Amino acid sequence: MASKPRTKRERFTLGVLISPTLFWLSLFFIIPLFIIFVYSFLDRGTYGGIEWTFQFDNFVRFVDPLYLRIFGRSLMIAGVTTALCFVFGYPMAYWIATRSPRTRNAFMLLVMLPFFTNFVVRTYALRFILFREGVLNQVLFALGLANPEDPPSILFSQEAVVLGLVYAWIVGMVLPCYASLVGLDRSLVEAAQDLYANRARAFLRVTLPLTKAGIVAGTILVFIPSFGAFVTPDLLGGSKSDMIGNLIVQQFGMASDWPFGAAISAVLLVTMVIGTIFYFRSLRTDQAPGLG
Amino acid sequence: MATPLTDVGQTKTGLSYQSPTRHGLVARVTGILFSGYALLFYFFLYAPIFLLVLFSFNESRFPTNWTGFSLDWYVKLFGNYAMGQALKNSMIVTITSTAIATVIGTMVAVAMERFGFRAKTAVEGTLFMPIIIPDIAMAIMLLVFFALIGMQLGLGTIIIAHVAFNISFVAIIVRARMASINPDLAEAARDLYANEWREFWRVTFPQLLPGILAGAIFAFVLSIDDYVITFFVSGPGSTTLPVRIYGMVRRGITPETNAVSSLMLLVSLVLVPLTLWLQRKGERS
Amino acid sequence: MPSSIVEFRDVSKRFAGPDGEDVLAVNNMQLNIAEGVFFSILGPSGCGKTTTLRMIGGFESPTEGDVVIDGKLQGETPPNNRPVNTVFQNYALFPHMNVFDNVAFGLQMKKVAKDGIEPRVHEMLEMVKLPGMENRKPKQLSGGQQQRVALARALINLPKVLLLDEPLGALDPKLRKGMQFELKELQDRVGITFVYVTHDQEEALVMSDLIAVMNKGVLLQVGSPEEIYEHPRTRFVADFIGETNFLEGTIAEVSGKEIVVSLNDQTSVKATSDTSVKKGQAVSVAIRPEKMRMDGGDNGTVKGLVEETVYLGTEMRYIVLLPDETSVMVREQLITPERRRSYQAGDEVGLNWDPEHALVLTE
Repeated sequence: MASKPRTKRERFTLGVLISPTLFWLSLFFIIPLFIIFVYSFLDRGTYGGIEWTFQFDNFVRFVDPLYLRIFGRSLMIAGVTTALCFVFGYPMAYWIATRSPRTRNAFMLLVMLPFFTNFVVRTYALRFILFREGVLNQVLFALGLANPEDPPSILFSQEAVVLGLVYAWIVGMVLPCYASLVGLDRSLVEAAQDLYANRARAFLRVTLPLTKAGIVAGTILVFIPSFGAFVTPDLLGGSKSDMIGNLIVQQFGMASDWPFGAAISAVLLVTMVIGTIFYFRSLRTDQAPGLG
Repeated sequence: MATPLTDVGQTKTGLSYQSPTRHGLVARVTGILFSGYALLFYFFLYAPIFLLVLFSFNESRFPTNWTGFSLDWYVKLFGNYAMGQALKNSMIVTITSTAIATVIGTMVAVAMERFGFRAKTAVEGTLFMPIIIPDIAMAIMLLVFFALIGMQLGLGTIIIAHVAFNISFVAIIVRARMASINPDLAEAARDLYANEWREFWRVTFPQLLPGILAGAIFAFVLSIDDYVITFFVSGPGSTTLPVRIYGMVRRGITPETNAVSSLMLLVSLVLVPLTLWLQRKGERS
Repeated sequence: MPSSIVEFRDVSKRFAGPDGEDVLAVNNMQLNIAEGVFFSILGPSGCGKTTTLRMIGGFESPTEGDVVIDGKLQGETPPNNRPVNTVFQNYALFPHMNVFDNVAFGLQMKKVAKDGIEPRVHEMLEMVKLPGMENRKPKQLSGGQQQRVALARALINLPKVLLLDEPLGALDPKLRKGMQFELKELQDRVGITFVYVTHDQEEALVMSDLIAVMNKGVLLQVGSPEEIYEHPRTRFVADFIGETNFLEGTIAEVSGKEIVVSLNDQTSVKATSDTSVKKGQAVSVAIRPEKMRMDGGDNGTVKGLVEETVYLGTEMRYIVLLPDETSVMVREQLITPERRRSYQAGDEVGLNWDPEHALVLTE
């Protein structure tokens, strides 16, 4: 129904409708984005301010093994999180998609509900369970799997961060996979079985490829927030599990090196953009019906 | 799509509705195991939240033992001045930013659905970005910006930030609603009213309302729950609830934290189904 | 006697209905399909024919009874273990694979060597008249072409039974007629048993060696097209295949094969019956429209008034109103153009027929 504005009046209306958005987003989004990129080339001033000298130092600094390790760790944590979200989330999406049409939506809603609660609260809930005297350890004591005198410290580790991220973002995998699965033509699976594929092979050769679009979308929806995570590693990880998000925040806190922080953010953003383009490309070449 | 009598149990499209047509033992056992997995999934999803809420009622300070049911911690919460301030700030910020974002977002949504214009893809892209950009990046972007233009950090900057990311979400929700409205009604109305403006208000807008409401509620939830962006663009005295809670969480595990967390959960758990119900209600009419 | 390739023994299938009560889709069916025939299952929507087909294919298991294929009890055997292949109603071609991979799928699953697969795929595509289409994707093909690929994909595996679920439904009429002929020819050539489901009775008559007529989950009659047409066993079968006139009455006399039926308006007519009937039984007399003859005078067994005349080029159709207010249809072939206006609306006519064309039906 979208048509080009024909009359002067229509053009005027169009202008009125989109200008607040354009104004707000240009001023408070596009420009700040641009500024960040500019900032990354600046230098930190002696008293914590900035000096307007353009240089690549910040990026050169970033190539230091210390920072690269953090970058690598972030990639790894985000990668593992995404993989786990797929391993646990896809079967769940499959299960919901194979329920009767009447109950499907209810089940999906139940999965999505926790996702909409306060992120900090949800992460705190995990911390509550994982800490030394927390419920998890209590259960382990009761089962005799751990020694009350020397409680295992599951909190403040990379594993805890991964757990926290999976807990936070698994819905981002379940939802698009579910959408993809529900749209799948069941007769295709039957056709595969008719042609001598057992259930497993029918799944691998028909269902999985045809839900690829959902999986790709899910991967993006999980990887991006995981990679740029700050709250989760801050609350659940120790100092040894610092991720890029923590590094950036430090620059704006104690380290007081805003340009460097900006530079890291720039790296973060560019990585995301490259990753997203890369994935959307892989989607297009296959032409598999999915989320549409 | 009505399924005719023969096709009961067999749907031509959709991986849906595995009717129990194959009675084999293997099929049934696999089915049960699978459902067991789903149950486990739900359990692990809700257990932390449930336990959090449960222990907010624990009389004892220590979660290691349950000494009795008590509302003490909630009472303490209501007497906490700083908490009250944070709540007040949250309300101001959220209500204001939601109102602004809803209006602006609806406007752009209507524009995008009604019109095609040269810059449309650029606008779509711009609207898409705040959704996928990581919190941190957006947070420091705004911080640097405000610092550069010399704007003081406070409730105002928080509101600006919240509107910035909420416009896109409202726009998506309203657009979805608009796409599902029958365009013929608008055409018929224009035929009768001859004035586009009046047509919009009397025909399209009422139909759009559930979507607008859904978008507003969604923006409300996102705003009231936001931590990272808020933290960076808030100044002293403009602490909001999530920022306050974060501070409490960092300091350790306390039942007061459990209590305030439970209250925040309540807000989301009530409002979100409301949003979805509104959207669905709109679709059905 | 040719061996049975598919057998149904006391098969019933129950589904949970949308309102909670069970739906009996297939009701105590006995079926025997001989090897190498073109066997059609014919019936209206909802009669259970597709369910029957799916039970052969293994997509549904019977609630009661046994399905036997090639002498082996099928039980819970899944579709991938049955020597049966299906051509689906919507073709179900894998959209993410090209034609070659689609057709080769079954062979790949059976782990046939790669160099064995390629020539067979080419051969198959030639047989369905789609040479050179190997690299196309399904969405690039027309409906008719997709249908052939679906056929090739199934046949290449040389199954004992090929199941076809209303495969011509989505094609336009002319294409449909062409494909009917081709399918029949194909079946003759490969000799595989075809089990063909359709609701189009003309299609069934054209293509089949044997037709099974179903309604509401019950198998009503199995026979050759001629048997089904000339000797329907129930009112439903008589009515579903072609056109039939029904005259209601009771048996007045029975003498061997000759039966006299007293119609409700007191006229007596002669008829025959394939089953034994008793005097006084309420029956219908079924007469095909083309078997009725019209005379202008008083020579008719039954008298009537012409209500309507329809000119159809090859024939004339007359709707004749009988004294008891029911109507019958009479078809007259227009061998000579003079017959075109033999009767007009308002004419009084007499209807006649051979007793052997009047069939007494009790169901």
